[in-house]
Amino acid sequence: MSAASSAATQAAANGKPSAEEESPIHILWINAGLSCDGDSVSLTAATQPSIEEIALSVLPGLPKIAVHWPLIDFECGPVQGADNFIEWFFKGERGEIDPFVLVIEGSIPNESIKPEGYWCGFGDDPETGQPITTSEWIDRLAPKALAVVAIGTCATYGGIHAMAGNPTGAMGVPDYLGWDWTSKAGIPIVCVPGCPIQPDNFSETLVYLLYQAVGSAPMIPLDDQLRPSWLFGATVHEGCDRAGYYEQGQFATTYDSPKCLVKLGCWGPVVKCNVPKRGWMDGIGGCPNVGGVCIACTMPGFPDKFMPFMDEPPGGKLSSTASAAYGSVIRRLRDITAKTVDHEPKWRHRGDQLTTGYRKPW
Amino acid sequence: MAPKTKAAGDGSGLTEMSWDPITRIVGSLGIHTKIDFKQKRVAECYSTSSVFRGYSVFMRGKDPRDAHFITSRICGICGDNHATCSVYTQNMAYGVKPPHLGEWIINLGESAEYMFDHNIFQENLVGVDYCEKMVRETNPGVWELAQRTEAPHAAEHGYRTIADIMSSLNPLEGEFYREALQVSRYTREMFCLMEGRHVHPSTLYPGGVGTIASVQLFTDYLSRLMRYVEFMKRVVPLHDDLFDFFYEALPGYEEVGRRRVLLGCWGALNDPDHCDFTYRNMTDWGRKMFVTPGVIVDGKLVTNDLTEINLGIRILLGSSYYQDWEGQEQFVTHDPLGNPVDPRHPWNQHTIPAPQKRDFNDKYSWVMSPRWFDGKEHLALDTGGGPIARLWSTALSGLVDTPYVKATGHSVTIDLPRSMTKPEARFEWKIPKWSNALERNRARTYFQAYTAAMALHFAEQGLEEVRAGRTQTWEKFEVPDESIGCGFTEAVRGVLSHHMVIRDGKIANYHPYPPTPWNASTRDTYGTPGPYEDAVQNTPIFEENTPENFKGIDIMRAVRSFDPCLPCGVHMYVGDGKSVQKMHVPTGLSGLSG
Repeated sequence: MSAASSAATQAAANGKPSAEEESPIHILWINAGLSCDGDSVSLTAATQPSIEEIALSVLPGLPKIAVHWPLIDFECGPVQGADNFIEWFFKGERGEIDPFVLVIEGSIPNESIKPEGYWCGFGDDPETGQPITTSEWIDRLAPKALAVVAIGTCATYGGIHAMAGNPTGAMGVPDYLGWDWTSKAGIPIVCVPGCPIQPDNFSETLVYLLYQAVGSAPMIPLDDQLRPSWLFGATVHEGCDRAGYYEQGQFATTYDSPKCLVKLGCWGPVVKCNVPKRGWMDGIGGCPNVGGVCIACTMPGFPDKFMPFMDEPPGGKLSSTASAAYGSVIRRLRDITAKTVDHEPKWRHRGDQLTTGYRKPW
Repeated sequence: MAPKTKAAGDGSGLTEMSWDPITRIVGSLGIHTKIDFKQKRVAECYSTSSVFRGYSVFMRGKDPRDAHFITSRICGICGDNHATCSVYTQNMAYGVKPPHLGEWIINLGESAEYMFDHNIFQENLVGVDYCEKMVRETNPGVWELAQRTEAPHAAEHGYRTIADIMSSLNPLEGEFYREALQVSRYTREMFCLMEGRHVHPSTLYPGGVGTIASVQLFTDYLSRLMRYVEFMKRVVPLHDDLFDFFYEALPGYEEVGRRRVLLGCWGALNDPDHCDFTYRNMTDWGRKMFVTPGVIVDGKLVTNDLTEINLGIRILLGSSYYQDWEGQEQFVTHDPLGNPVDPRHPWNQHTIPAPQKRDFNDKYSWVMSPRWFDGKEHLALDTGGGPIARLWSTALSGLVDTPYVKATGHSVTIDLPRSMTKPEARFEWKIPKWSNALERNRARTYFQAYTAAMALHFAEQGLEEVRAGRTQTWEKFEVPDESIGCGFTEAVRGVLSHHMVIRDGKIANYHPYPPTPWNASTRDTYGTPGPYEDAVQNTPIFEENTPENFKGIDIMRAVRSFDPCLPCGVHMYVGDGKSVQKMHVPTGLSGLSG
């Protein structure tokens, strides 16, 4: 529980100034998993708080931070000259910046299923001249990190790139490091799913961790899938303003209808996500609340357990027919589905075997 | 950190410099160069990125209706362009034409994407290359001059000197930098009004959109749009002043990032009065798009026929990590008009990954080389980051004629109405003398104004539908057992095509081609280098720093002018540059081979 203060003590024991003034908390951001950079981009849309407010420590009590984030970093000099961006990651590995939070974006491909080559890399190894793979960076940096944060559904659970038939054996950070992994400060992997993340969900999680790092917040509360529990505790359906139509048994038969979309592919009743309630940004947009079926993009079982996205979810027929008869029966049926889809498909794992169904040509 | 300057190991007397990963772009790109510091020129350039995800592999066998949800995830900044392109492709394959209102809503969403994306890239990513902090650290002489230079359009944008503009672009501290971040947010709100979520939309479907088209939807959009119109009246003159100043301050700066004019634009923003999504009529409705498709070679329009553009696309493997698909099944031998389709066309491509070590003398890339075949040559077209090709193509064709935007044959005029504090304004983008870094950037700003003006037109059209009670936004369809489809649009940073083959009601083949593989492509089978290398290798060095403090700002400006978006590259690594002087035969980068 006193993870943050122990880390601060450790920093002090290393002869470094405490986090308060001179020495910032570094954030090392690796966007080079199998990703689209959509979580980085999404974070720039956050307003509660915004990235500039976090960077300038505008909220009371926020520590000074130094963000090493490829998307907007000023530093962009050559490896051999001034202002080399990748040097910060080598510093992290050498223990020269402490504490740091490691943010990982993108799914982690399995580099062990092929004799040579790489699926993804981030900077070059000065010894070999080959790219340093993302999994190698995780091996180097995770043991030294105050916390490891997986941003977006790819990094949390594998996501789109871990779909059935994929050639790379992609998985999430917990699949790679182990679901029971904890940082040297005792913090489990923090997973903020979403494809991409809802902007404020992530900025808020980051702020929580920064408060925890300076000892002003207790251990971040996470559920069994490592999600911040206050953000992912309710279902889409529970927060959806179309749920009234469901209750009245009024279901959309065309995609441009304002009624409940469950018969057209919406998975809202079993998906843990706050977007219909929070909106996409500043209360605007979302999914079923504005006419888009929920494809369950925050879920560990995404995408496979929800495809084809435009078909009615199995079991949807029963529960929507009986929607007038509310209560324990519906909740129990829903629980069974919810448990299944709240777990990843079995082919997302480490090891030298590719079990996604793809036949390797190499 | 001690400098690690290193002489190239090939006896050329050049200095090796590499940037890997490059910041302030989307995705990870590395640039490896050899620089001649005596001549102050880049002698060789190799560009690299190393990510393979395999969309075309794992989409096989999936339900075709899932295609836009999946392909949106190709790109995290313009995913909606992919979703849109995929929906167009599906509309063709299923034979469905969405209601007009659905099309106006997509156009409004996509316009908001252009307004948002170009804005954040120009001011918060590219802009930093021209900010006070960067200019002071790379060209103190230019900073001195900027302080003494009055901004010609100070009355329009409010900054007295060029130095004032540069200071306002400083990251976080700069007032204009912070304002642009805010603008990037309300433009994304405009996007979310139409397409649900940014960057992977929730309300797009084949057959139309699920967006509820009420009066409120358009009110919410228009109020934000007029704020942007006001903003653009300051931004266009601001960037004209800034970029014009660089030509004056550093004579010869037109050579930075300069390349032969070889531009491609696949057209964007369909006109629902004409677009029926049939292949048969594609030539006609392609010419009615609100951004005109075109291939431009040496400043001349080669074609604006979308059917011809489609049939000319070729995918060459070059030096990439794939097995060739020669001898594999050809899915489409003839298009629906009876024209033969080449085995190297995306409809017929098979993606067969072959992971291996990076070797500059052999295979060194996950990216293939898309080319456009004009009947004689496989042209390495670039998109110039999108806007320069779109404006150039639209201007030359002279087909666009709307209340706010008109193409003249040699320019594009943009009329913005009165806004909160500013009167009506007209901007005219004229075809520039060069395809170079500064003109790519200038075109970006003008295209922001272009889309704002177009969005006014789309909003008026959409609102007219709603007022007339025609509020249907989606049309039913069925997925045929066997079909093909293709879609064309402009991703924010340039050409975007999707090609799909359906068999037994499932996806048999799906190949998306976004802009970055075109721009960052590897040397192809015929030895033709890709656009980045081409542009960077001709770049002179104006930076005043010594090799030890070298930042490579001129090179970074050249690269960033293309708006690199590496996730869009899907998988790329580009290597093997050509040398400026013939004696420098590329033999691989010694620093990389250990």
